[in-house]
Amino acid sequence: MDIKLAKPFIEATVNVLSTMAMIKPKAKRPYIKDHNRALGDVSGIVGFTADGGKKGVMSVSFSKKCAIQIVKNLLGDDIENIVEDVQDAVGEITNMISGQARTKLAEMGITMEGATPTVIMGENHTITHITKDKIMAVPFTTEYGDFVVEFSMSE
Amino acid sequence: MSINKNMRILVVDDFSTMRRIIKNILKQLGFTNVVDADDGTTAWEILNKDKIDFIISDWNMPKMSGIELLRKVRASEEFADIPFLMVTAEGQQENVIEAVQAGVSNYIVKPFTPETFEQKIKKIFEKKEKKK
Repeated sequence: MDIKLAKPFIEATVNVLSTMAMIKPKAKRPYIKDHNRALGDVSGIVGFTADGGKKGVMSVSFSKKCAIQIVKNLLGDDIENIVEDVQDAVGEITNMISGQARTKLAEMGITMEGATPTVIMGENHTITHITKDKIMAVPFTTEYGDFVVEFSMSE
Repeated sequence: MSINKNMRILVVDDFSTMRRIIKNILKQLGFTNVVDADDGTTAWEILNKDKIDFIISDWNMPKMSGIELLRKVRASEEFADIPFLMVTAEGQQENVIEAVQAGVSNYIVKPFTPETFEQKIKKIFEKKEKKK
């Protein structure tokens, strides 16, 4: 998988979290992930499709601590039920990163449509990608804990 | 130009987080007369029983999407003139063109700052004022 494909996802992630949640994440070196275990406690997952049968999957997996801080920064005092709010907020964050990343991919000539994200919570959950061999993972650090953005695309 | 702070605003998004973020920004801007819906179908029901002055809607939603809601609003006799702000993660040029062709009043790509949000609202109502 071309390492250049990581750039739209990194830029989208930093832009979404710094604009909406006042958190400036730092990206570490992307790597190829060879298993489907989630690298966090709560994951937002979204599928991409394109004409010609091309498909993709993107996920964002947050540590519990990081997800809770994001919700607090997004909603302030407006938190009603922390579990439901974390689930909804991770879905919306995934949706925004997906939209931004696809806009940037389109500028590189890769046009894809995004589905509605789903959110999975709990330790040791799994993320099903298009292919096990070519999952690109980008770890991020923040002052509130870590998270990982993953994506895969069919050739 | 002054915007009527008491106007009835309908916020439509399937994620409660985004509805609450938008409602919080509107509150900071002095707009407190706000009702919300989680998709286009519910929004359409509200439009038919409540008097709505301004619609702020997401694009991607289950049942009825924001673009379908926009087309339905513009095709109706009763609601065709209601200002419609699309707030969406879909930033690709063809999406913007599609929304403009469907008669959107303005367009915000997520993520956005409260300042951008305020500017877009101002622009919509300045344009509306000039048309009078």
